[in-house]
Amino acid sequence: MVASLAVRTIDGVPVDQGDVARHSSGNKRPHVTVRGLTKRFGDRTIYEKFDLDLPRGKFISIFGPNGCGKSTLINMIAGLIPVDEGEILFDGQTINEIRFGYVFQNYRDALFPWMSAWDNIAYPLRFMKVPKAERNARVEALVKRFDVRLNLQQYPYQMSGGQQQLVSILRALIVEPEILFLDEPFSALDYEMTLFMRDQLQRMFIETGTTTIIVSHDLDEAVYLADQVLLLSRAPTRVVDFPGVDVPRPRNALTLADAEFNRVKGHCLDIFQQQVRL
Amino acid sequence: MNQKTLDRLRPFFGVVGLVAIWQAAVIGEVIDPVLLPSPATTLSALHTGLFESGRLAFDFGKTVQRAAMSIALASAIGIPIGVILGASEKFYRSVEFIIDFFRSTPASAIFPLFLLLFGVGDMTKVYIGAFGASLAIIFNVAYGVMNARKTRVLAAKVMGAPAWQRMVVVLLESLPQTFIGLRMGATLALVLMITAEMLLGSVDGLGLRIFEEQQLFNMPGMYAAIFCAGLLGYTINLTLFLLERRFVHWAGR
Repeated sequence: MVASLAVRTIDGVPVDQGDVARHSSGNKRPHVTVRGLTKRFGDRTIYEKFDLDLPRGKFISIFGPNGCGKSTLINMIAGLIPVDEGEILFDGQTINEIRFGYVFQNYRDALFPWMSAWDNIAYPLRFMKVPKAERNARVEALVKRFDVRLNLQQYPYQMSGGQQQLVSILRALIVEPEILFLDEPFSALDYEMTLFMRDQLQRMFIETGTTTIIVSHDLDEAVYLADQVLLLSRAPTRVVDFPGVDVPRPRNALTLADAEFNRVKGHCLDIFQQQVRL
Repeated sequence: MNQKTLDRLRPFFGVVGLVAIWQAAVIGEVIDPVLLPSPATTLSALHTGLFESGRLAFDFGKTVQRAAMSIALASAIGIPIGVILGASEKFYRSVEFIIDFFRSTPASAIFPLFLLLFGVGDMTKVYIGAFGASLAIIFNVAYGVMNARKTRVLAAKVMGAPAWQRMVVVLLESLPQTFIGLRMGATLALVLMITAEMLLGSVDGLGLRIFEEQQLFNMPGMYAAIFCAGLLGYTINLTLFLLERRFVHWAGR
């Protein structure tokens, strides 16, 4: 299980698990393969014969103009909405055969207010037939691992927005997912909290090396977090570019001044503006 | 007196004020003394009725019993029907008019019909109360289920919750609205109960007590019975409020 690996470093610079795993095994097979995906809403075609490969163990941001179907794509990959045509596989398996985590944009509507934060985090384990004692042990281990300093006996409505979203992310991670989806997870948070949560998420990624796919409407965020930025066109949507972000982790405030970071961001912005102008 | 003690006593100021005005009206003979006995006389009638003759206590008990049965029956019928209707919006839309129509019909208009159907017995009053209450409950439960947040149900599904567990999520989601229905229904059931006891040839109950005391011009007794009816309504509301706060602590948050 990838999640059990510790953070590895080369010359003191942490390297994400995907690289290590891939280099050591020499396995370059993509994690997610999308083939011939077609999706229409009424007469509007969002995706037509869309193909995509997503690498394993990478942090991928999806960015593109409004209405290009960023969320639609992630929701189809995660199996939340059906596809009209096409096939989405995870190492040859369907979404129902793998463990995955999904974090909704609206944490207020996604957490269960009748349960404590702790029970919310443990909830998915019920359906994996994990006995209660072990569920608690696993929540405890997760909380300890990420050094979460929250009173988890509180109910979600007693927490701030950022704390609630942190609980949502922990709930997605408790199943030790092979892949983690986040749909604009921080867009309802204030700026200070957003910065804090980005770093929390990055830390969890460095720690677990789980393939992570995030939809973002904030270019800074998309590039700051990602190993690769998936740039989408207007609908009918195609991949315009999929540049890598070759900036070491952990990234921090200094990253925003990094030359490579700004080069990639500038490149993404150019493409975005071309798409918007079309 | 410090601020804290003052704040704690604040809710009683109105009560003391009202009794003071009442006493003043009696002393000043603003209203015919036959129609408005003094607070002390009324209190003594209440005490006699409840603890000495026990007649008022008996009627009080009867009404409590019937109201409880009404509310229980209305919940037993209304909650499942509301859930079923709410589960399918299309189904609800096709019966919405009927529910809205009967909900808007003054429930007292069906007294004669219920008399014909069920006779003058005790249960007729229970059925009438349950009828009125169940419509309010059905309506609110159905809306609660329909408005259950899709995201939460979807979240449960994404986490692998089987269908019955997703139904649990929907039911918990609808609980705050269900409690609104229960409170509305309970209030309505009590109104109907008291009215039915007055009008439908009852042999006991608070409604009958109020009516009889009025016929006998026994004003202290009548006020005492009215007070009991108020106390009952208030207690039902308070009980449901406390239950809601205990079991639906997240409502409105």
